[in-house]
Amino acid sequence: MNTTELERDFQNKIDNEIRIEPKDWMPDNYRQTLIRQISQHAHSEIVGMLPEGNWITRAPSLRRKVALLAKVQDEAGHGLYLYSATETLGIERDETIEDLNSGKAKYSSIFNYPTLTWADIGAIGWLVDGAAIMNQVPLCRCSYGPYARAMVRVCKEESFHQRQGYEIMLTLCRGSEAQKNMAQDALNRWWWPALMMFGPSDSDSPHTAQSMKWKIKRFTNDELRQKFVDITSPQADFLGISIPDDNLKWNEDEGHYDFGEPAWEEFYDVIRGNGPCNAERLNARKKAYNEGSWVREAALAYAKKKSNSENLVQVA
Amino acid sequence: MSKRSWPLWEVFIRSKNGLHHKHVGSLHATDSQMALENARDVYTRRNEGISIWVVESKSITASDPAQGEELFEPAADKIYRHPTFYKLPDEVKHI
Ligand SMILES: [Fe+2]
Ligand SMILES: [Fe+2]
Repeated sequence: MNTTELERDFQNKIDNEIRIEPKDWMPDNYRQTLIRQISQHAHSEIVGMLPEGNWITRAPSLRRKVALLAKVQDEAGHGLYLYSATETLGIERDETIEDLNSGKAKYSSIFNYPTLTWADIGAIGWLVDGAAIMNQVPLCRCSYGPYARAMVRVCKEESFHQRQGYEIMLTLCRGSEAQKNMAQDALNRWWWPALMMFGPSDSDSPHTAQSMKWKIKRFTNDELRQKFVDITSPQADFLGISIPDDNLKWNEDEGHYDFGEPAWEEFYDVIRGNGPCNAERLNARKKAYNEGSWVREAALAYAKKKSNSENLVQVA
Repeated sequence: MSKRSWPLWEVFIRSKNGLHHKHVGSLHATDSQMALENARDVYTRRNEGISIWVVESKSITASDPAQGEELFEPAADKIYRHPTFYKLPDEVKHI
């Protein structure tokens, strides 16, 4: 078959909701798009552990501590499922990690913001994991099999993350005045970065059309952002704190909330590396990688020695 | 510093007795013991399994999707292998 026929067959499969598996023929752009998207997703899970890890030792109770530990451990797992999915596209794990460490690969810009108070852990679970779920649920039907399957596992686990976050917010909002203020402050700082997690407006998102045609994406950035605002606004009302957007109001005719435009200059600035914690996050990753190198080496040496001596026993 | 990466392993989990082990994903480990331990941490954090198999990925031989037709097409027209091929009167019960 020539390339045109292969491409036609490929698109036919996608149109008929037949998943693409690792050994199937795929256009090079499809492969490259997936490698970029899945590895960035993996990096986001891994870097995302850092802002929350910051509060594990200072969680206010044992109950909160075990929950946060379990959540952060889940995020490590999510990173691993996704690195595995990336590898099925023919790229080595080491190469993927090197791209993160060298700054070549990106991760979600949300993790370049600091976690200043305990309420931030509540706001992250509620809003950041909430936005992640909104993005990830449609990815369970992504045309690429290994990515879709990884997303099914991830989505099953995310729901506890969001609920534990909202529970933290609820406890603070039903607590003292100072606690409620802390929750409001966290919402003020996390709201806009959370909206930016869905990516630029559709008009500034040149790859959306191709990704939708390939069924990597099922909804546009703006559609998902709207859904998120519609679902989250009543949850803020229930907490009794207010979303920091003067333009936010229910639109009876549309059946949706109207809301303001995120500050996109800030979004692009953080992506360019100028967010409050970009350098800190990347340095933490590099430090962990470099300081762990002797462990990786030693484990390999040990495995080699063990298999040598097992072979000797078998020979004898 | 040498850049030798750990081998890749495929992980299979039996969720409960009576069911097959099912492929769940892959991971890197230096040997089978470490692969088992990592599989436990990565793939069974919520009682997903009671038994784990790990197989080094390079030991798996897979069929080629490009040969899909010659491998699997011959079964498609053998409808006489299915019970519905045989038409029996409605009066005949339990068959
Ligand atoms: Fe996650
Ligand atoms: Fe999460």
